[in-house]
Amino acid sequence: MHAVLMMILQRLGLGILTLFVVSVVIFGATELLPGDLASSLLGQSATPETVAALRQQMGLDQPAPVRYWTWLTGVVQGDFGVSLATRRPISDMMSMRLGNTVFLALYAAAIAVPLSLVLGILAALWRNSLFDRVANAGALSAISFPEFFVAYILIFLLAQSGVFPSMVRISPAMGLTDKLYVTFLPALTLTLVVTAHMMRMTRAAIINLMASPYIEMARLKGVSPLRIVLRHALPNALAPIINVVALNLAYLITGVVVVEVVFVYPGLGQLMVDSVAKRDIAVVQAIALIFASAYVLLNLTADVLSTLTNPRLMRRK
Amino acid sequence: MHNKPTRNSVTRRGLLKGATALGAAGLILPASYRAAQATPNQGGTFRIGLGHGNSTDGYDPGLWDNLYAQVFAASRHNQLIEVDADGQLAPEIAESWESPDGKTWVFRIREGVSFHSGKTVTVEDVIASLNHHRGDDATSAIKQFFDPVTDISADGQNVVVTLDAPNGDFAYLMSDYHLAIMPSVDGRIDPASTDGCGPYVVESYEPGVQASLTRNPDYWKSDRAHFDRVEILAILDSAARLNALMTGQVDLIDQIDPATIGMLEARNVANILSIPGNAHYVFPMDSRAAPFNDNNVRLALKYAIDRQEMVDKILGGHGAVSNDNPIGPANRYFHADMEAKTFDPDRARFHLREAGMESLSVDLHVADAAFSGAVDAGALFAETAAQSGININLVREPNDGYWDNVWMQKPFCASYWGGRAVEDHMFTTGYATGASWNDSFWSNERFDELLVMARSEINEDLRREMYQEMQQIVSFEGSVIIPMNNNFVMATAQNVVTPEQVSANWNLDGFRCVERWWFA
Amino acid sequence: MNVLIFLVLAIAASIPLSYAFRAGLVRVLPHEKALVARDMPLTAAFGIMVIGVYVIVAFAAPLLAPFPERAVVGSQFQPWDSTYLLGTDRLGRDMLSRLIYGARNTVGIAFATTALAFVVGALLGIWAALRGGWLDQLLSRFVDALMAIPSLIFSLLLLTIFGTSVLTLILVIAAVDATRVYRIARSVSQGVVVMDYIEAARLRGEGNWYLIRHEILPNALAPLVAEFGLRFCFVFLTISSLSFLGLGIQPPTADWGSMVRDNATLITFGDMTPLMPAGAIALLTVAVNFVVDWQLYRASGLKEQG
Repeated sequence: MHAVLMMILQRLGLGILTLFVVSVVIFGATELLPGDLASSLLGQSATPETVAALRQQMGLDQPAPVRYWTWLTGVVQGDFGVSLATRRPISDMMSMRLGNTVFLALYAAAIAVPLSLVLGILAALWRNSLFDRVANAGALSAISFPEFFVAYILIFLLAQSGVFPSMVRISPAMGLTDKLYVTFLPALTLTLVVTAHMMRMTRAAIINLMASPYIEMARLKGVSPLRIVLRHALPNALAPIINVVALNLAYLITGVVVVEVVFVYPGLGQLMVDSVAKRDIAVVQAIALIFASAYVLLNLTADVLSTLTNPRLMRRK
Repeated sequence: MHNKPTRNSVTRRGLLKGATALGAAGLILPASYRAAQATPNQGGTFRIGLGHGNSTDGYDPGLWDNLYAQVFAASRHNQLIEVDADGQLAPEIAESWESPDGKTWVFRIREGVSFHSGKTVTVEDVIASLNHHRGDDATSAIKQFFDPVTDISADGQNVVVTLDAPNGDFAYLMSDYHLAIMPSVDGRIDPASTDGCGPYVVESYEPGVQASLTRNPDYWKSDRAHFDRVEILAILDSAARLNALMTGQVDLIDQIDPATIGMLEARNVANILSIPGNAHYVFPMDSRAAPFNDNNVRLALKYAIDRQEMVDKILGGHGAVSNDNPIGPANRYFHADMEAKTFDPDRARFHLREAGMESLSVDLHVADAAFSGAVDAGALFAETAAQSGININLVREPNDGYWDNVWMQKPFCASYWGGRAVEDHMFTTGYATGASWNDSFWSNERFDELLVMARSEINEDLRREMYQEMQQIVSFEGSVIIPMNNNFVMATAQNVVTPEQVSANWNLDGFRCVERWWFA
Repeated sequence: MNVLIFLVLAIAASIPLSYAFRAGLVRVLPHEKALVARDMPLTAAFGIMVIGVYVIVAFAAPLLAPFPERAVVGSQFQPWDSTYLLGTDRLGRDMLSRLIYGARNTVGIAFATTALAFVVGALLGIWAALRGGWLDQLLSRFVDALMAIPSLIFSLLLLTIFGTSVLTLILVIAAVDATRVYRIARSVSQGVVVMDYIEAARLRGEGNWYLIRHEILPNALAPLVAEFGLRFCFVFLTISSLSFLGLGIQPPTADWGSMVRDNATLITFGDMTPLMPAGAIALLTVAVNFVVDWQLYRASGLKEQG
């Protein structure tokens, strides 16, 4: 157990390093973007005079390293600062959206993870059967449609008939059942998008072990195929499965801006894209940090879990 | 997804005169709706789905720049002057106005109007609201239009504005949507406040998501604001907007994809409003740069574009062919008898030869930020131009940053204008030598001379002649290709009733749909 | 409903076709390869057949397409008829011709992008695993940080900075993809570099390049091939999502990702036109992954049972 604790601490340290690098990369990239907040706020009405006045008001006239340093010292003290475009505290702007993003991600994961595990296990069990082929081809087709297109098809099939709303209007006051109902279509879209990857990995990880001598042994002993898969192969195949689940969870949190746009869902992705367009760097930075933290933490969790499921990995170091 | 800066925001006061007949004729409404009810019904929640509105939208009136901000502002604020459905200036918070010499303007402020907070609207509030846009530290998008203003002062119930030179059209500026009347605190307005004296009171607002408003029980206009509640939603994806309307989640949407207008009509689930105006889509060419510095090259390009096909395919028929003329049929001095430029590959080749060329190859920079369908329009242009031996190499630019990096930076690109109510304004802002939005960097001595002469010409006929000559020059010697005038196209649920006359000054009934429309 | 019937018919037709294709391959190929082909499952035969057809279409596009790629030949959204077999698009261009030219552009770009991502990502990954130490740490931490940035938003940022020519598009997507490939290549190679035969080769005095080519790469190939199959197809999706956000391939070049986007609103009205390019992408994805599955299966050492 001590080894795991050490690993967690070490990885957390590296995670902070990752966050730092991310913030530098994002800051650098947004600095390289043509135009700045002042000119994009004024758009075509910009005159050199008003842009200069706005820049000065917002502190954009200071050199980039100074602005980065100001921002960094703020963040280290837990202060994300104020959005320059809306003049609202960034933490206020993000809290509701972060909640929405996490809710949708968990909702989709709650459908997609069990579904893909069951499908993957069944496909491995009945490998090369018709079921395997159909599940595989179906899953592959589902991921080869762009997300917005899957969303449009679902809207056409399920929303135009009035079964589900085509647009998510969510409010904090809503009950859980209502929330689950109105967000069903985006959750289903995301399920279709991530299931294939997890299912294929589950299947591959199990099949990969099926040629191992100990499985051969169990087979020769006359253990039933289902038992072999569940009791002998699956526990040893957990590490790659956990990893791919973590990767997909991270995607559900960080990569769903297109689905947010189609279903008018107020999540973080939309806020980030808008802020990039407006060059509202502080907001972009804050969201990038949240996304990066989600990624780092999920990967860390996956690694810890994989280590725990595999005693050999634990003793390796 | 991308914010489209509203280019026509500032000086464009829209079709203030002469738009009446055209607007009515162009309305595509079922016959039953033409006979609008005499007394509008009260009540209901009016839900508007707009293809604008970002999570980064702020509150500052000086920085309102998209349709969402504009409609949201019109829902909660009033201005000094309103543009009515016929395109005429109508009193709002200013009860009346006058100017003896065009230099001193006196606006009489209406008494007995109060803000949502209960505070009475005073002369000080009006002055603070105007002053927000002028002064050295002002960051307003319309700051430059206050440059001629030397003083704004109170005189009893009057606000007196003094200019450095006479301007007979100054009152038009007071109808600009940026000039919302807001409460003054120590002589300044609080730009983050949503308090206004308009038809609806803000209940909640989440930028880029939605705004909810309830009817202002004390609204001073007794015959306006018929809905109990108004909800304004930002729905950026065009398919999502269509679906929201078709599934009854909203009652009004803007920006309908021209490709699907026909299909929406066939579904018979919505009313489509198509309001013609002076708005137009343009392809400016940098007249200083080769090969566009040769008028024959410009003419060749003008004859190599198929205008009718553009109207059919890019606007879905909801617009009209333009003859490279920024002055529209709704303007007073519109030159309707100019020789029309049709798609004529032979003529284009002729002008190419005149320019000493056998063939021509140019880059055209486009993005849908320029106008919706600009990329498709570019592709169509390239196709038809190829028949005249002109190779147009289409370069799609990112929407993001288009106005910073492409417009007035690349020699040949796409852009749009909202049109102007007054000829002088259109020409002065976009075509006079050195004008800040002269995006073709075009300069013509005779044109500049006429422009100055026409301003002070009193004889109506002479004035008309001058403006028509200017249109002739811009059309045949200018450096901007103007293939089409686009309509304002919107769709409503079938139970939404619009007045017989819908304003062609700006989109969505001059942003005033919230207070002018009602449910059947 | 029509779509469903069409789908069932297509699947029903593809089975005997794949069967005949496999039988043909067995005959045509030399003995050793023919043996492999004979043992190939029907799905793999189907995959190879589809890929073959796509490659032929891509190369012979100008011969096969009834109209030029960008020519406006009719009015918008004409229905399917004998002249325009699949109707016309929003500008009145022939849908079938654009699909055919799309094969060339899309497959070409996707292949170039994926290949570049794999060359860069795999080489760096293996190199990092082989060298270890500070180089490994430096590269891995940097890649970690890049992967922690959502890829779509990162691509959006980079494309806005560097412009949207086909070349930058390929470079940007390849760069983003390379980070994923790097991670896989590194983790797989880490398992390989500790093996005795690597140590033996080192002792023989072989250089790094030899080790990578002759010892590590062959042993790390299987997972990389599997990843290649998916990454290849994800390029279309990335391009499609980018065009959703207003970037993507330069018009009027036909590519399937942008074609899906351009016609997507039609699905709202039940029009099946946008299903065409989407279906073309899906078919290729399925085909490529069928072949990849077969290769993985052969590599895993499990005997074919079905």
